[in-house]
Amino acid sequence: MDQPDIVIEADGLTRYFGEFLAVDHVSFSIQAGEVVGYLGPNGSGKTTTIRMLLGLLRPNEGKAQVLGYDIVRQSELLRTRVGYMSQRFALYHDLTVGENLAFYAGVYGIRDRARVEEVLDLVELRAAEGQRVSELSTGWRQRLALGTAIVHKPRLLFLDEPTSGVDPRARRAFWDLIYSLVERGVTAMVTTHYMDEAEYCGRVGIMRNGRLLAMDTPSNLKAHALPGLAWDVMLEQSGIETVSSTEESPILHVLNALQHCPCVLRAGLVSDNLRAITPFDIHDVETFQSSLREAGIQGVRVERVEPTLEDVFLALAI
Amino acid sequence: MTALIEAAHLYRTFDHLTAVEDVSLSVAVGEIYGLVGPDGAGKTTTLRLLCGAYRPSPVPGAIPPSIMVNGYDLLRHTDKAREQIGYLPQRFSLYDDLTVMENLRFFAEMRGLSVADWRPRSMEILAFVGLDEFVDRRAGYLSGGMKQKLGLAAALVHRPRLLLLDEPTTGVDPVTRQDFWQLIIRLVGQDGSKGTAVLVSTPYMDEAARCTRVGFMMSGHIVQEGSPSEFRKRLEGRVLELAGEPLALLRRLVEKEQGVSGVQMFGDRLHLRVEEGQAQAVMEQLEQHIPEAAGRISRLRLVQPQLEDVFMDLLERQSWTNPTS
Repeated sequence: MDQPDIVIEADGLTRYFGEFLAVDHVSFSIQAGEVVGYLGPNGSGKTTTIRMLLGLLRPNEGKAQVLGYDIVRQSELLRTRVGYMSQRFALYHDLTVGENLAFYAGVYGIRDRARVEEVLDLVELRAAEGQRVSELSTGWRQRLALGTAIVHKPRLLFLDEPTSGVDPRARRAFWDLIYSLVERGVTAMVTTHYMDEAEYCGRVGIMRNGRLLAMDTPSNLKAHALPGLAWDVMLEQSGIETVSSTEESPILHVLNALQHCPCVLRAGLVSDNLRAITPFDIHDVETFQSSLREAGIQGVRVERVEPTLEDVFLALAI
Repeated sequence: MTALIEAAHLYRTFDHLTAVEDVSLSVAVGEIYGLVGPDGAGKTTTLRLLCGAYRPSPVPGAIPPSIMVNGYDLLRHTDKAREQIGYLPQRFSLYDDLTVMENLRFFAEMRGLSVADWRPRSMEILAFVGLDEFVDRRAGYLSGGMKQKLGLAAALVHRPRLLLLDEPTTGVDPVTRQDFWQLIIRLVGQDGSKGTAVLVSTPYMDEAARCTRVGFMMSGHIVQEGSPSEFRKRLEGRVLELAGEPLALLRRLVEKEQGVSGVQMFGDRLHLRVEEGQAQAVMEQLEQHIPEAAGRISRLRLVQPQLEDVFMDLLERQSWTNPTS
């Protein structure tokens, strides 16, 4: 009893689709009460991993236990104990909010009306109880989809891109909801393309080509997973003038030059500036500026910045 | 600067719902205009009005609507005006069982490109979006990012002057988002002489910061318009960054603090919006109150406001002054 409460233990999970290796020996474990973000480019194997953990898809190799159940042999039992919210919310559009919740409660064998009432309050949809789903905004549908995923009080929630296509305010409200569930003892595994959301997670896993490249806290990833130092590169006004004779836009002209500069590991757009990652030995402004001058890049201001998770993601994912 | 699109007094109602109410906007050659705002604000409806998919709703007593696209009147000479426009809807359809080239040919022919013209133009635009290696791949076998680029190619195949993009990067990973934006910036920069403009809606505030001008929509109106730096100036000297432990405690404390008008999680830290002239006072109070409650501050300082700070501020303000929204 003194050992930590492990809710997911994946060991070498592997899955092929024909010749295509979608998930390649993925191993990790998640403890009760964690919020784990699962990131990766489209097609990197995130959803396939989750579908295996739900027992919907058999692994070709490897094994996993979820809430103590074997994902192959006890998949049906497992699915009654976990909550799952998919990218495409599975809601009945001509039923009302209350009817959708009651329907899902029935699927899980819950006859107690009080639980439906409780969920309505939890996801803050009391005011919309009698409204049809077809009349709801995306943000409200998303909260209802979460409601249907938690109606049977699962201890573990899988959320697959739950906030795709909703506005920043609704996304923040949704994360507040997730955290209020976590305070009640729920564990959550969440895939997302929003790097700011990944920052809210206790730990973050990054997938590429079916492989789990890293899984750690955001601050450890930022401190250790980036193969260099992060810089903001800003165009000076004069810089814009000197390059405006070319066909290209000034910012892309500099970006292109950075991408070909030997002192830069990776360069990209960040907000309305440029971000460059340099090797560790280029650690002060003077060294960086002189390397840039050698590469013919002038008229830029540089500033060392703390890397973001997006920097880490792009460094690992490309 | 020549306006590529100039729209005025657009209304659109659906039954009893007014989705767009008296919207006017213009986008000049070389501009990337970003349309941002909460869900249901009217962004998609506005784009559909601007590409001619919807007709504006007549409103008795209001000034009649007008939409001029590169000199053509969209409401009278719709076909001529539409030739100037490329439109990438939020959900666009490709034929999964056709190849990349066959898909593009379909869109090119629909847009009236001649037999002599469609192939060289298709190759040119596929090279531009980086799909020239994949002309024979079936669309069903493309990755999400590649499909998005093929959608962009289809919208550009007839050489439109104005590109309308409806949340082109929603649900798209950061790698593809980078590529896509580099294409948009290059399109506008490269065609500087010929004169292209882009109007794009997005839920990503970092993308809005890349636009030359931003319109913030709410409840069917464009409530604010300006360059990203003009937007940020609105909150200059009024945003504090706070990092420390435990974050949940810090958040509860700052929400109660006098002079704080809003609190936002920004990754592993908080952004506090403070009332005009209160930054110093708030910092001093927090330096006292947080240790008293057994919290720890690792960083507390004034920072440059980000667009997300400004938009959250606008949203909250607007919902106080406009309780019906």
